[in-house]
Amino acid sequence: MVTTANNIIFELKQVNFFYGSTQALTDISMDFEKNRVTALIGPSGCGKSTLLRLLNRMNDLIDGTRVEGEILFEGRNIYNADNDPVEIRRRIGMVFQKPNPFPKSIFNNITYGPRLTGTRNRADLELLVEQSLKQAVLWDEVKDILNKSAMTLSGGQQQRLCIARALAMKPDVLLMDEPTSALDPISTAKIEDLIEELKKNYTIIIVTHNMQQAARVSEMTGFFYLGRLIEYALTTDIFTNPQVKQTEDYITGRFG
Amino acid sequence: MNLTSDNSITWRYAKQQVFFNIVRLAALLISAALGGLLLFIIASGIQAISWDFITLPPRDSMTKGGIMPAIVGTFYLTLGAIAIALPLGVASAIYLSEYARQGTIVRIIRIGVNCLAGVPSVVFGLFGLGFFVVYLKFGSSILSGALTLGILILPTIIGASEEALKAVPQTFREASLALGVSKWGTILRIVLPNALPGILTGSILGIGRAAGETAPIMFTAAAFFTAKLPESIFDEVMALPYHVYVLATAGTHIEETRSIQYGTVLVLVALVLGIDLIAIAIRSAMRKRKKW
Ligand SMILES: Nc1ncnc2c1ncn2[C@@H]1O[C@H](COP(=O)(O)OP(=O)(O)OP(=O)(O)O)[C@@H](O)[C@H]1O
Ligand SMILES: [Mg+2]
Repeated sequence: MVTTANNIIFELKQVNFFYGSTQALTDISMDFEKNRVTALIGPSGCGKSTLLRLLNRMNDLIDGTRVEGEILFEGRNIYNADNDPVEIRRRIGMVFQKPNPFPKSIFNNITYGPRLTGTRNRADLELLVEQSLKQAVLWDEVKDILNKSAMTLSGGQQQRLCIARALAMKPDVLLMDEPTSALDPISTAKIEDLIEELKKNYTIIIVTHNMQQAARVSEMTGFFYLGRLIEYALTTDIFTNPQVKQTEDYITGRFG
Repeated sequence: MNLTSDNSITWRYAKQQVFFNIVRLAALLISAALGGLLLFIIASGIQAISWDFITLPPRDSMTKGGIMPAIVGTFYLTLGAIAIALPLGVASAIYLSEYARQGTIVRIIRIGVNCLAGVPSVVFGLFGLGFFVVYLKFGSSILSGALTLGILILPTIIGASEEALKAVPQTFREASLALGVSKWGTILRIVLPNALPGILTGSILGIGRAAGETAPIMFTAAAFFTAKLPESIFDEVMALPYHVYVLATAGTHIEETRSIQYGTVLVLVALVLGIDLIAIAIRSAMRKRKKW
């Protein structure tokens, strides 16, 4: 595979991350490619979520955290003082482990972000709602109940709504932290199909505990252990021919 | 073996029944005390109540006539206190729970707020006298009284608002911030609307307290007698709790005015309950809309 510089959307250089005095990430250097799905795998507590939340500066919200090294988004260090985290989060959307719709109508869930960032025209908003819901493959299920509370949807529908909500901001990147771990197999399959569809237009970075899922949806996979990036390669290579013993043990379930 | 375990189940069940009955009794006692109090007030005050009582000023050295100026005064004082304390209290709570870095300074502020809640109300009255009435030259007036009452109920409102803000799930904040909405936008659009029912609950308690207190307004707002209704916030007013106090202790006709005293108390209680009911109605309407 040829990787040219302008294919790279995120570039991490020797990143260390601390919660207070405990180090959660150590010396992470890795690139993420544009319009690809990259999976982050590893045992619980190894720092996958921490890394994901570094990429849209969500860790800023936690008191006493500290970042070292460089995280370049399209060549710019997002942790430079002159970069506004709010601006960064608009371009880098996030989907959480537990579906977290607002206690508002389906329509208002989608329009919440765009409205606050300048789209006021009713017709524009309606179009955006339709587009986003179609992208998230939820439109057919909810097109007649747009004014109903999002809380009345099923978990799987709520998660797709959250994806639609993130897409409505027209981000470049979608960060997904175990987006299907709270869902049943059918909803999970729907979201995996959705990821397949979305990667044409978006860069997706997904954390998952499900090896099959990582194998199915991603092109690149990074294996983390105790805050370090142990192995990072093409997904097919990681799953068929891992170079590091720990990776092999983990993906074959012999980890302990 | 079987027997002992059966026994212990019976014993546990009996124990449980005993405890259930104790708490049931406690609840019953409180309800009974409250009910008794209300009944007593109603029984003692009802014969004083009439249309004239509510719509006319007192006359004949306050032994006859109504209590209209006191109702109006208490209404203005309570409204003023809430108008001052609610924005200030909610703003403080937002600062304390959303913005301030949780540490020593915030802890000290919280302790301060809690101490404020424990200060006897007469101290607030004296503070109001010294600061608002004399130093700021507001005189004995609605303004001074409302400010004093506002400070009095501030801790209640800060405490309730903080609780209400904390009860809003963190995931809502994260969802909003992750969409690229600013912290302030998130607080305004997501956190506050969802905290509002809880904040209102706190305000209910504050309103009741503001309407019922005598000591804080004694030196800052309340007139012994004035037949005219206030025309500006710099006017002195009569107030229900102070009126009761005056009639029951300071008048020359304490015995003759008993029924007026209870009538006034009844009106005060009804006013506070009325305000509570309105707030409860607003709150439950809001709760119905927001479910998570
Ligand atoms: N807010 C926090 N404050 C302090 N330490 C934290 C915080 N969040 C995470 N950590 C620590 O950082 C380490 C990495 O956590 P992280 O949530 O990134 O793991 P993870 O790989 O996502 O795990 P999981 O698969 O269980 O989600 C853990 O040791 C965790 O205890
Ligand atoms: Mg995690």
